[in-house]
Order: sequence, then structure tokens, then C-alpha cells
Amino acid sequence: MITIRIPTPLRAYTEGKAKVNVSGAKVQEALDALMATYPQLSKHLLNSEGQLRSFINIYVGDEDIRFLDKGETELLDGDELSIIPSIAGGQGA
Amino acid sequence: MISITQACMGQLIEFAQEGFPHEVVGILAGNRDRNTVTKITTLHNERGDTNNRYKVSALTLMKAETALEDDGLEIVGYYHSHPNHSAHYSEYDRDHALPNMSYLILSIQNGVFTEALSWRLLENRSEMESEHITYI
Repeated sequence: MITIRIPTPLRAYTEGKAKVNVSGAKVQEALDALMATYPQLSKHLLNSEGQLRSFINIYVGDEDIRFLDKGETELLDGDELSIIPSIAGGQGA
Repeated sequence: MISITQACMGQLIEFAQEGFPHEVVGILAGNRDRNTVTKITTLHNERGDTNNRYKVSALTLMKAETALEDDGLEIVGYYHSHPNHSAHYSEYDRDHALPNMSYLILSIQNGVFTEALSWRLLENRSEMESEHITYI
């Protein structure tokens, strides 16, 4: 079982849950399982190409998956994934 | 509607004017149910290379938010400034926003605060809608 931590603004789509348990041997499998259970999350996590939005970061423990094996990062039973948005913006397109 | 204490708004204006011509950024904290801001936390803008962008990386943000939550506060939203630009959100702002949060933008013209507008992303991400600001 993998635990995924949900950031505050997205808990509106997980029945208010701060943590969701899913199954998955890899990060992508766990995220797919999360979005299958709570499909409203998808458009906020993924861009139109189906890739993680640039400001959505996924951590396995304290490690950013971009510096591991991204979606192919292998998970062990009991691992905790965190969805951590960064903030970005500014004037102009 | 979002409510902000006058003390917080004063701090925001001062910080945004001091930061001109760069964009400044930070967290609006308080009570989410009432959408009330009673404390602000300023953050380091990691995009020091330009005057029209801001960025705060995930772990830095999480650390700041955890400290606020440890003090019993909730994260209501974020603020940033638009130097020499209106307080209307940009497409870049919309593309990088999440729903269920308030995004306060302060317009700073030639170093002087002129206007603040607060925005919330629609569920379908198509646009952000303005919310009334009340000063308490």
C-alpha cells in the first residue's frame, strides 16, 4: 500500500482527505490509481499532453521524482508520495 | 469574498513597493472557512533574473506553510506584485494556479501601490474570477 499526501487546495476532490492509500509498484501506477479514484484531480495535475504540470512536484519521501526515475520510480510497500505544488506566476504571457 | 486585516494589507503594500521593480511573493494565511487573512509570510522570489516572474520551489513553500500550520493557521492563498502592470491576472498566472485558493495581485506603478485584486481559478481552469476584498 502506498500513501499519497494531497495538498490543501486539491482536497476538495478527495472527499477532504489529506492522505489517500493506493496500490502501485511505480510512481506512475500510484498516480494513475489516485486519478482513477478521484478523476477531478487529473486536470489540475496534468497538462493537455498528459504530463505533470510544471509546478506540480511529486516526492517519494524527501526525493523529487524528477531526480529519480520520474514516473518509473519504483515504490516499496509503505512508501509515502507527496504532491507538492510550487507557486509561480507573473505578468505577461 | 476575501477578508484581509488592514495591518496585513499595509505590510503587503510596503513589501511590494520596497521590492519594486521586482515581483514579490508570499503566503496569505488565516482561516479557510471564512477566507480571512490574518498573517502574511514573505517568500524569496527565485526568479531574480527577471522583473515579470516569480517562483518559489516546492520544498521552500512546504516548509513555510508547515510553520504557519504549526501556529494553527491555514493557507488561504498567495500574493504577488505586478510592477508597472495592472492587478489583473496573466495567462501565466492562470496556467500556474490551483482552484480553491485566493491569488492576490498588487499593482505597483513606478514604485507606488495603485490597486489590489484577488482571483480564484475556476474549476474548469478556463479563467480566474475576481473576488471582492474586504479590509477588516
